[in-house]
Amino acid sequence: MKQYLKLAWRNLWRNKRRTIITLTSVILAVLLAVCMRSMQKGTYANMIENAVRFSTGYIQIHAKGYWDEPSLNNSFENNDLLDSLIGNNKNITLAVPRMESYVLASSGDHTKGVQVIGVDPRKEDALNGLSDKLKQGSYFSADDAGILVGDELSSYLDLSVGDTMILLGQGYQGMTAAGKFPVKGIFHFPDKRMNSSLVYLPLIACQQLFIAYDRYTSLSLMLKNPTGQSRTVTELSSQLDTNNWEVMPWEAMNKTLTQEIAGDNAGGVIMLGILYVVIAFGVFGTILMMTMERRKEFSVMVAIGLKRTRLIILLTLETLFIGILGVSTGIILAMPVLVYFKLNPVRITGDAAQMFEQFGIEPIMPASLNPEIFVHQGITVLIISLVASLYPLIYVARFDILNALKR
Amino acid sequence: MRNTMEVIELKKLHKTYEGIVPVQAVKGVDLLFGKGEFTAIVGPSGCGKTTLLNMIGGLDAPTEGQVLIEDQDISALSPAELVDFRLWNIGFVFQSYNLIPVLTVKENIAFIMELQGRNHKEINDRVAYLLDVLGMKDKMNIRPRYLSGGQQQRVAVARALASSPKFVLADEPTANLDSQSTENLLELMETMNRTEDITFLFSTHDQRVMDKAHRIVTLEDGKVVRDGKQEKVE
Ligand SMILES: Nc1ncnc2c1ncn2[C@@H]1O[C@H](COP(=O)(O)OP(=O)(O)OP(=O)(O)O)[C@@H](O)[C@H]1O
Ligand SMILES: [Mg+2]
Repeated sequence: MKQYLKLAWRNLWRNKRRTIITLTSVILAVLLAVCMRSMQKGTYANMIENAVRFSTGYIQIHAKGYWDEPSLNNSFENNDLLDSLIGNNKNITLAVPRMESYVLASSGDHTKGVQVIGVDPRKEDALNGLSDKLKQGSYFSADDAGILVGDELSSYLDLSVGDTMILLGQGYQGMTAAGKFPVKGIFHFPDKRMNSSLVYLPLIACQQLFIAYDRYTSLSLMLKNPTGQSRTVTELSSQLDTNNWEVMPWEAMNKTLTQEIAGDNAGGVIMLGILYVVIAFGVFGTILMMTMERRKEFSVMVAIGLKRTRLIILLTLETLFIGILGVSTGIILAMPVLVYFKLNPVRITGDAAQMFEQFGIEPIMPASLNPEIFVHQGITVLIISLVASLYPLIYVARFDILNALKR
Repeated sequence: MRNTMEVIELKKLHKTYEGIVPVQAVKGVDLLFGKGEFTAIVGPSGCGKTTLLNMIGGLDAPTEGQVLIEDQDISALSPAELVDFRLWNIGFVFQSYNLIPVLTVKENIAFIMELQGRNHKEINDRVAYLLDVLGMKDKMNIRPRYLSGGQQQRVAVARALASSPKFVLADEPTANLDSQSTENLLELMETMNRTEDITFLFSTHDQRVMDKAHRIVTLEDGKVVRDGKQEKVE
């Protein structure tokens, strides 16, 4: 094998200029592909991370049927089994309970339908930094009975910190829910809809309001490693009785974002496809020339006793050298660029930025250093090089020694 | 029991190249070559010398008849088996040297032995010995393109001999060489023939080369018309 490696390596450098040109094309393509994927994946991860923090988490657990019919009647009671399942799952970093429902909010002459979210103040803050979003007033604690309201809602209802808001609606199992709550703080989110229609309440106060003691409507989970999400979903689904529970990944709950990402990703994949075709032709051309101009040499080798299968190994090694050199150099060159853009993400402006803000996402495009990107691109380029060398390999397997020897 | 050890035995060998006009290149050749022979195949252009050597070397298949190498019928071997057979039994010298350009002189000589999977010491000893015979120790680490044609062909002979083959086939090995290089090459071949008792079979047009041969087989129109021994020229 050492013999073949030596031969292949030296053959590669017989025509230095051609090899360098081919290598450069592979390197550039890998560089482009890796950078493009890294920016895309990084942006998606940022979008997802942000989006799930303010909404569902990566995974949400509900009582069976809640997602289709989100009512308090489909809430569930706090229980030890669930707590221990979640505590024992290594990929879960945070489990945030919530109780969500809709009520009428009024103050003075004004009334508006709003969404009430009962939260564990400490966990919610850990999840999405809710306390940082306050413009006025102060954050609440678990045993407070105060509320946080969006700035637009507060001005619509003409409320300021310390004023009282009345909430009126339907509680658990058809009971009447009504309560008066002082405004503790006024928040502002990037997402306008949240500012005009959202009221946060400490979980205990919320459970009292809806007469749904010790109940939740959802449990949102944050993950240590988001790429392991589907495995975590499977684990939880298998541990919980699916007649009573539903375990949903964010993709199933946030279809808009899923589609947004899928659409953008498709564009990226097409770009990659074009790049790969370029690589394939470059490598194919080089390997084809390297084969054809050595026909006589090959026939001599087979004549003196080198099996064709060995010749194929030799050619494959030459191709692999081009592929491996191209891929590794491309990745090495991409690294500093990507590290830079991970630390200093590109800021998005204009219309695109609005789309981000609408989801409550910081409009940045950080690079991703997820090893998956490099492994995928690397393997793809290697496979492409090998496929590009198929024709020359078939030639070597079949050529007529005497004919080639005569040349 | 034979009284002489035959290395190569050709039985009613025929070769017809199919085509619009089929060409009968070899028409019934029966020949025996014993161990240690130093034989020239001669004849006018197109008489079938190359075709005959190719069939003996297992590079071309006869249309009819048999090629026996130490009693083994090589036409019974598959293409892959033939490659292995050539590796272990036959040394080839080509008209246009055909050394492997990316390997040094030393590596070219060692190449076939490495294919045979011989151990390092064996390879090194044999390569050192051959380089010594060639008188090219000083050039062992350079690549063939820096050598003259005569030097390259000497390396090619060393490569053919390195694997200790049963015989060496050389199709017009001196056709591209000047007279001095031709003489040097023949001297090398004769030395190896004498010292290692290796059988040589070569084709030639060159009278000086024929003069050195111990036996001359003359082909005409695909048939053997003369087969004579001559005194060794000392
Ligand atoms: N592949 C082939 N297809 C058809 N005819 C061929 C082929 N190879 C050789 N021939 C013919 O077979 C005959 C013998 O050719 P061969 O090459 O064996 O002669 P040769 O004695 O080696 O000639 P030279 O001295 O010119 O090398 C010639 O008539 C040649 O044209
Ligand atoms: Mg010929």
